[in-house]
Amino acid sequence: MNIAVCVKQIPDPASPGKLDPTSHTLDRTGKLVLDPSDEYGVEMALQLVDQAGGGEVTLVSMAPHAEVSGLRTALAMGAAKAILITDDTLQGADALGTAKVLAKALGRVGADLILAATESTDGYTGTLPVQVAELLGLPSITFAKRVRTENGRVLVDRQTEAGYDEVECPLPAVVTVTAGVVEPRYPSFKGIMAAKSKPIDQLKVGDLDVPADQVGWAGAGQEIVSVAPAEARKGGEVVVDEGDGAERIVAFLEQLKVI
Amino acid sequence: MALNRILVVAEFFAGAPLAASLELLTKARQLADTVEAVTWGDDPQSVAAPLGAYGARRVYHAGELGGKLPGVPVAAAIAALVQSDGAPDAILIPTTYDGRDIAGRLSARLDRSVLTNVVDLVADDGALVSEHAIFGGTEILNARFTGPAPAIFVVRSKSFAAEEADEATTPEVIAVTPGELGAADTATITERHVEERTGPKLDEAAVVVSGGRGLGEAGRYQLIEELARLLHGAPGASRAIVDAGWVPYAYQVGQTGKTVKPTVYLAAGISGATQHMVGMKGAKHIIAINKDAEAPIFSIADLGIVGDVQKVLPKLVEALKARS
Ligand SMILES: Cc1cc2nc3c(=O)[nH]c(=O)nc-3n(C[C@H](O)[C@H](O)[C@H](O)COP(=O)(O)OP(=O)(O)OC[C@H]3O[C@@H](n4cnc5c(N)ncnc54)[C@H](O)[C@@H]3O)c2cc1C
Ligand SMILES: Nc1ncnc2c1ncn2[C@@H]1O[C@H](COP(=O)(O)O)[C@@H](O)[C@H]1O
Repeated sequence: MNIAVCVKQIPDPASPGKLDPTSHTLDRTGKLVLDPSDEYGVEMALQLVDQAGGGEVTLVSMAPHAEVSGLRTALAMGAAKAILITDDTLQGADALGTAKVLAKALGRVGADLILAATESTDGYTGTLPVQVAELLGLPSITFAKRVRTENGRVLVDRQTEAGYDEVECPLPAVVTVTAGVVEPRYPSFKGIMAAKSKPIDQLKVGDLDVPADQVGWAGAGQEIVSVAPAEARKGGEVVVDEGDGAERIVAFLEQLKVI
Repeated sequence: MALNRILVVAEFFAGAPLAASLELLTKARQLADTVEAVTWGDDPQSVAAPLGAYGARRVYHAGELGGKLPGVPVAAAIAALVQSDGAPDAILIPTTYDGRDIAGRLSARLDRSVLTNVVDLVADDGALVSEHAIFGGTEILNARFTGPAPAIFVVRSKSFAAEEADEATTPEVIAVTPGELGAADTATITERHVEERTGPKLDEAAVVVSGGRGLGEAGRYQLIEELARLLHGAPGASRAIVDAGWVPYAYQVGQTGKTVKPTVYLAAGISGATQHMVGMKGAKHIIAINKDAEAPIFSIADLGIVGDVQKVLPKLVEALKARS
C-alpha cells in the first residue's frame, strides 16, 4: 500500500508567532520545522504500510524558499521520498489555493491513501484536507482517532461530540488524524543519515498545471483588513493558601450566588 | 446597510438543533433581511418549528443521508441551491466536526475561499468583516472576502448569544437533492458510540471546572469531576492532559478545543498558556489554583489561590458536600 502524507513546514511553534507588518500574513522567513501535528500522520502512514506488508510513504509539502528541514525530519522517521512545491508566486495563498496545488501534486503520486492532520499548528483553518478530497473527487473521513485498512477499504474511529463513530469508505481516500492517534517515533541516527540521500522532488506551479491566477495573492479570495492587540483581561486578587484556600473559593462562589 | 440573504447550516443532535446553530441564526437575523437554514437527517416535519423560532424563513432539507457522513451530500445540496436560486450573501457554518467538512467541501465545489475560526461578524458597507482571535487571543485579526458571493464563514461556538426571534416564523421546508455524487460520497457510518455523560454540556454549562497537568496523575481528575458535579457544572481540561490520555478530547478547552463562556471557570493545576486562555477568558468570573505564584493564569483570574491542588481540591469538595 502506498500512502501520501501532507506535511506542513511551519515556523518553530516554541517561539512566538509574528505577522509581516505590511501583508499581515504569518512571517515564514526564518527556518521552518515539521508541524508537530503532522508527525502523527507520518507515524500513522509508516505503521499502515508496515501492517499492509509493503509499499511506501511519500510526503507532499508546499512551502516557501525551498524549505526542506521539516521534510528531512519526516524522511528520517521513515518516509521514502518527498515532493516539495515551492514557488514565489504561491505567496499569500489561501487554503483553497494551497489545496489546488497540493491536489495536483497528490494526483501525480496516485497513493491509495492520503493522510493529513485535522488542523495545522500555525494556520489551523482545518479545511485544507477536505478541499483536497473534493478537488480529487475522493471520499474523506476527518478527526480519526484510530485508522485501519482492510480489503481495499479504510476503517476509522471518528471523534464526535458525544463519543465516536465507526466510519468506513473504499480507497483511495483522504483521512485526517487527531493528535495522539499514534505515538510518533523519534528519528534514529541511522534514519537521520539515510534521510540525507532520500529524494525530494522540487516542483514549481508551472509544473503542475494550476492556472497562475488561482494561486498566491492573485488567487486568494480573502484579505486581511486589520490586526490589533486584543483587550487584555485584568487579574484580581491572588492569595497564598494558608489552609484557607478552599474557604476563600466557597466565599467567592457564595458572593456570586453560584452556591 | 443590511445584507439581503444569509444561509445558516443548522446541525441537529438527538432531535434538537445545536446551540451553535441557533447562535448563528440569531446573528444572521441581525445582519440580513432574510435568514434561511439548511439541515439534514432529522424528520423534515420536525425541523421547521425550532428553526422558525429563531427566525428562519425557509428551511432546506438535504435528505436523511442514509448513514453517510454529511460533508459531501450537504455541501452538494447547498451548491445546487446556489445554482438554482443564486448565491446568498453569506453562508454561516458552526465549527463542529461535520460543519468543517461541509465548509471544506463547499469551498472547493463553489470555488470560493472560506474563513474559519470566526469569533465575530460585522456588516460593513454591504459586506461582512470577520473577526479572528490569533496568537492565543492576544491579537484580533479582521478579514473579508474579495471574490463574488457567497462568503463562507465557519464560526466558533459561543461567539454570539442565541435568542429567539420576537415573532416565530413558520418556515416552509423545501427538499433539496444533490444528485449523483459518485466516489466522494462513500464514507458511511457503520456504528455510533455515545459516551454516557450526566450534567450540562461543557460549552453550555454555567460552571466549568477544569484540570491540568498540575493534578499530577490521571486518577486525581476524579476530584475535578466531583467538583463539577457538586457545582452543577461540567468538567473540562487542558490539552496537556487530553494528549496524555487522561480524558477524552471532547473535554479540551482552548484554541484547538472548546470555547466556553460560563459564569464561573475554575482552573486547577493549569498554567494558563495563551492557547488555553483563548478558550476560557470570556468567562464572567475566573478562579485559579496553582502552586506557582507566577503562573500566567493568575493574570486573568478574579480569585487566584497560590497553593497545592492536592490540598485545596479535597477540602473544597468536603466544604461543598457539607452544604448540599
Ligand atoms: C497549536 C497549539 C494549540 C494548542 N491548543 C490548546 C488548547 O486548545 N487547549 C489547551 O489547554 N492547550 C493547548 N495548547 C497547549 C498549551 O500550549 C499548553 O501546553 C497546555 O495548555 C498546558 O497544559 P497545562 O496547563 O495543564 O500544563 P502545564 O503548562 O504543564 O501546567 C501545569 C501547571 O500546574 C501547576 N502545578 C503543578 N503541580 C501543582 C500542584 N500540585 N498544585 C497546583 N498547581 C500545580 C504548575 O505550576 C503549572 O503551572 C496548544 C498548543 C499549541 C502549540
Ligand atoms: N502547505 C502545506 N503543505 C502540505 N500540507 C499542508 C499544507 N497546509 C496544510 N497542510 C495539511 O493540511 C492540514 C490542515 O491544515 P490547515 O487547513 O492549515 O489547518 C495540515 O495539518 C497538513 O497536514
